[in-house]
Amino acid sequence: MHNSSRRGFMGKAFGAVAGIGAVGSLVAMKKSWDPLPSVKAAGFTTLDMTIYPEGELVTEKWRGKPIFVLKKTAEMIASQTESQKARDVVVGDSHFMIAIGLCTHLGCIPGYNPAEKSFLCACHGGMFNWAGEVTKVPPPRAFDIPPFKIEGNNMILGEVGPEFQAMKDSGITL
Amino acid sequence: MAHFTKATSVKDWLNQRLAIEKVEKVMASEYWIPKNINFLWAMGMVLAITFALLLVSGIFLLMYYQPHVDLAFDSVNFTIMREVDFGWLWRHVHGVAASVVFLVIYIHMFTGIYYGSYKKGREMIWISGMLLFVTFSAEAFSGYMLPWGQMSYWAGMVITNIFSLGDLHLNGLVEWIRGDYVPAQAFLSRFFMLHVLLLPLAIMGLIGLHFAALRIPHVNNQDGEEIDFDAESKKYLAGDKAGSKVMRFANDFMSKDLMVVGIFLIFFFYLVFYNYGFALDPVNFDPADMLKTPAHIYPEWYFLWSYEILRPFSVNIGLMAFGFAQVIFVLLPWLDRSPNAVPASRRGAFKVWFWLLLIDMIVLTAMGKLPPEGIFSTIGLVAALAFIVLWVALPFITMNEKKV
Repeated sequence: MHNSSRRGFMGKAFGAVAGIGAVGSLVAMKKSWDPLPSVKAAGFTTLDMTIYPEGELVTEKWRGKPIFVLKKTAEMIASQTESQKARDVVVGDSHFMIAIGLCTHLGCIPGYNPAEKSFLCACHGGMFNWAGEVTKVPPPRAFDIPPFKIEGNNMILGEVGPEFQAMKDSGITL
Repeated sequence: MAHFTKATSVKDWLNQRLAIEKVEKVMASEYWIPKNINFLWAMGMVLAITFALLLVSGIFLLMYYQPHVDLAFDSVNFTIMREVDFGWLWRHVHGVAASVVFLVIYIHMFTGIYYGSYKKGREMIWISGMLLFVTFSAEAFSGYMLPWGQMSYWAGMVITNIFSLGDLHLNGLVEWIRGDYVPAQAFLSRFFMLHVLLLPLAIMGLIGLHFAALRIPHVNNQDGEEIDFDAESKKYLAGDKAGSKVMRFANDFMSKDLMVVGIFLIFFFYLVFYNYGFALDPVNFDPADMLKTPAHIYPEWYFLWSYEILRPFSVNIGLMAFGFAQVIFVLLPWLDRSPNAVPASRRGAFKVWFWLLLIDMIVLTAMGKLPPEGIFSTIGLVAALAFIVLWVALPFITMNEKKV
């Protein structure tokens, strides 16, 4: 065997070893940046849905994000349009607006105006109604609904129940 | 092994081992700078000095700063500002320098554009410079997170949300960058790492590349004249200093360079001692609160122009316009189709283009600071569209330019 071809082989062999090592270390680096198991495990919040007063906005916390919980009044329930009904979350015989309280534009927290029963985002002027729908742009879509599962009178945020899955499938939320 | 003789002096001892005389010649006394330049050619040295100020003040801040969500705010606003002797000095130097460094970067950049210093073999200088601009931007953003005030937190939230790329909804990517569902401990720790280690390393490497890129094409001059550096430097070394078109980097050029640096430093420390407020946003003196958004979120002044290109459009189009604005400057050497490497004042339509771009970016900056209402959002939209039109038009404007 000539020296040159021997060197060529050694070069290729080194390239192969270094390549495997490079790919392996990239995988490790990517995984090291993933959310930790403890962070993921803390990603579930259980809400007792019997405690909410009617017609009042309560802000809960899930995965560090604000969650808007609004128990609808009989008046609201009666006046709901089809699209609003589709976003309705029913636990027992109570109806709720459940939403991630972040503007779908760039993630600011909209403020609630109890008199108008609407939300206004101070960042770029977006508005939402009490059912979570956009009434004034720039937000591109209604409030996102967090994944939820209903168990009796409790709601577990972070788990996907059949009601949420149906909403996701029909494109009501992401 | 090389042959070593008994040293006749410390210098000779070092010379035999490190060739210090030769290094000094290559790096300084026989590194040739054109004579036909003005004070704008000193901005590189001003930037190097400002970077050194950032590094030194940063080292002192690093000794007391605590990268923890519960401690960070107090470690900056209480420990460093109240307890550490002269802690306020390091913080104000760091904050003011972070702001001023961008002002000088923009002057440096527009000087390059005006004099055509990205052409004829100087493309790598331009590209490495733009890479430095990007890494400085990342360095500024990651540093802005560290005091963990309201503006830190919400700027972190909004900017990382950009990576979901609008309707692509890449929330997994956003969570990966943050290491959590929202900016929290993992986010603060990794941005701390980026700010104090990885990005400064990248910046230092790129500064090396930026300087290396200068060596072969050399520094441009006020008339874009092609100078034969070999011939002119021989003339200089032969004694004809007045007739030669070049001078030594040290001490000839450095003496003038440091004059400008001196004037800059007087202005800089005037800001540090008497007018540092512009670099410290009052909103950031409230600790981060993940359940309350500040009424008006805006970036530091040096990001306003690109923020204003993002803002007036719907989410997806805004992101595309924003992406365009981020990369388009890098392509300048190829978008400018003219072979003329002369000042803009002698290039006809390009002169108009240059001043329109500068004015447009100032308008975008002003509008980015104002709330997006009424006439301001209209002006912002027009200025954002003008920015895109100017860059799209550049190849056509320069294609028909007459050779000068």
